[in-house]
Amino acid sequence: MFRPHLLGAGETQILSRCCVSQAVIQPVSGASQPVARRQLSDATIVRLFILPTIILLILMNIFPLIYSLFISFTEYSVISDAPPVWVGLQNYQRILSDPTFWHSFAVTGRFALLSVALQTVVGFGLALLLRSKFTGSGLITTLILVPMMLSPIVVATFWKLIFNPSYGILNPLLGFNNINTSPEWLGDPNLALWAIVIVDVWMWSPFVMLLCLAGLSAIPDYLYEAASIDRANWWFQFRRITLPQVMPLLLIAVLFRTIEAFKQFDLVMGLTGGGPGDVTETVSVQLYQLAFQGQFNTGMSSALAYIVLVVIIAISNLYIRALNRARGG
Amino acid sequence: MKKFSLLLALMAVLALMTGISVRAQDVTELTIWWAEWDPANYLDQLVDDYATETGITVNVVQTPWGSYFDRVAAEWAAQGTAFDMVVGDSQWIGQAVTQGHYVDLTEFMNSNGITETVTPATLQYYGEYPAGSGSYYAYPTEGDANGWAYRKDLFENPDEMAAFEAAYGYPLAVPTTWAQLRDIAEFFTREDEGLYGVGVYTQIDYDAITMGFQNVFFSFGGDWYDETFNTLGVVNTPDTVAALELYQELYSFAPPGTNNAFFAEMNDLFINGQAAMIMNYFAFFPALANPSINPFSEQTGYFSMPEGPTGLRYAALGGQGTSVNSYISDERKQASLDFLLWFAREDVQLKWAQLGGYTCNIAVLESEEFLAVAPYNAAFAETMTFVKDFSNIPEFGSLLEIVQRNLHAFVVGGEGEATAVMDTMAAEMDAVLVEAGYISE
Repeated sequence: MFRPHLLGAGETQILSRCCVSQAVIQPVSGASQPVARRQLSDATIVRLFILPTIILLILMNIFPLIYSLFISFTEYSVISDAPPVWVGLQNYQRILSDPTFWHSFAVTGRFALLSVALQTVVGFGLALLLRSKFTGSGLITTLILVPMMLSPIVVATFWKLIFNPSYGILNPLLGFNNINTSPEWLGDPNLALWAIVIVDVWMWSPFVMLLCLAGLSAIPDYLYEAASIDRANWWFQFRRITLPQVMPLLLIAVLFRTIEAFKQFDLVMGLTGGGPGDVTETVSVQLYQLAFQGQFNTGMSSALAYIVLVVIIAISNLYIRALNRARGG
Repeated sequence: MKKFSLLLALMAVLALMTGISVRAQDVTELTIWWAEWDPANYLDQLVDDYATETGITVNVVQTPWGSYFDRVAAEWAAQGTAFDMVVGDSQWIGQAVTQGHYVDLTEFMNSNGITETVTPATLQYYGEYPAGSGSYYAYPTEGDANGWAYRKDLFENPDEMAAFEAAYGYPLAVPTTWAQLRDIAEFFTREDEGLYGVGVYTQIDYDAITMGFQNVFFSFGGDWYDETFNTLGVVNTPDTVAALELYQELYSFAPPGTNNAFFAEMNDLFINGQAAMIMNYFAFFPALANPSINPFSEQTGYFSMPEGPTGLRYAALGGQGTSVNSYISDERKQASLDFLLWFAREDVQLKWAQLGGYTCNIAVLESEEFLAVAPYNAAFAETMTFVKDFSNIPEFGSLLEIVQRNLHAFVVGGEGEATAVMDTMAAEMDAVLVEAGYISE
């Protein structure tokens, strides 16, 4: 009787070889078929299995990436009948000499810095608080994770209501009970970016917390025990044990959040639309306006997308170097 | 061999029959794309009559406004046939015509006398391109423009009337000038009571704040460019600066939190009792006339745009015209034209108006029946005689982005001086038009 059981890696390999051999020696009708099957080596089968993925990857990722790189050197509108016209580096030159691009880049940088820094502090803090188990800690952890599971546009919609100076709950909670003097979070140029940062921190700090919790739970207790025996205080233990041990995972969280912050689009569109004026216009919002919104400047927007990509790769490289140093240390 | 020949002959006959049947087969289904809103639902109801009369089913496919243009543009790019007709925004026409997405309807509309049945302004802005060319690409379908809704109970309250007259020196009534509207807005702004004078468009996402501002801008003598596409000294004049200052002042009489507001927020302000007057497209007024939605429906009045300091009077145009997709087969084009011919009939237009659609048919607009259908129809019929639109050249998207950004920064963000804002706007628009080749540097 055949009893299914979970196979180990070695067993799987043996089984696959065994099945291939059986397929080869099995008597089949027709003279040419066994010869054809014998040609299917393990490597060929592996390639055959990988091939659909490679084809999909080329079609869905590699080709659009290369094609959009080509488009970025052309004057082209996707809704026009006219074919792309090669303009060389003109699109890149125009973008890099346009002050509105530098403005939106500055806005994005400011947003990323504020948002990621606060998420790191809040997320790490929450992880430290939830590190030790207590009654209801599982439920609280789950509830804290809820924001990051919501759709950004839903989050933006209800935070718009929360921020509303007429009937939103935030201002009364902060003690602003006079509607005439209470802050207009989304309409005030000095507050609008902060409003988006607050929502982003609320939404994504749980992600940082989750990774930090994983890092914290992997720290062996004996390190703290040894430190306690040596009468190391809390701060020393945090600085010399907790932080270095969590650092690799914390850096991964920070890397992901920085990349996401540089691509921030949905929360901005949902909350302020880039306004007032262009105070909260991130690069992604500018890219959207250039690529769609009646402009459909596909060549220029592709060039801008590549500039953003290069910046994100550069920042990611810095993080990865730091990550490697942390791991090496 | 004989059997083979027989088989070949049989196959040839079958192929011929199939071919004949395909050619003879009538179009049984047509698809119209429109944005997701009430008028599209009314059209969906109306086309049932067409199915009854002709046996041709017409599907009205709706897409949310936010992604409507993107979806249509993607279909244009693919030269797709997902729709036979599209009810397109007035601003799209330049792009669609120059890039060959719309069928030329000039001959069809002239020979069937359709051009004589609709109001000249709607024919010009929804159907004609280039302006004044006499070439038509769309049948004016949903005439729409900005108008005002106001609280009659406040305006006709004797105490309020007396207080207003004492404060401003003239009686409280429906404003006929922008100066009066400003005074009334100021008068009804009572922050302690949670009541504000007006609700005005401020949304930055697409075209809302521009549409709202245009009502003042055009009436103060402004324009986006002259006949030679010159913007300098046309966009930025002392009068247009005054118009911008007035619009910012109106925003200061609007409820807090309306920093990114469009049609939905306008109706909300009114229904919540926060605003004495709101601007909105007429297409959104049916909700205000509905007592199950608006508690003030019985006390709600409607009026058309007031005039500027020199007597000029304009309302920002909304609305759309129906165009035929140039990429569909000739059979489907003919079937689409047949549908448009039916839709343009006076009795169908009357039914369209009765359902809630805003007809552009002159006879229907002037009929007592139409004026009596809804409380806002009289204001609508009057408004459709002085509408004016934003640019509809293919570069309208770039021009619109400039206006939206600068207006929002000044009106909502309070950044800069009105004169500098108008100067910047004119210069940036000029750069776009120079680059596009409309004017030489």
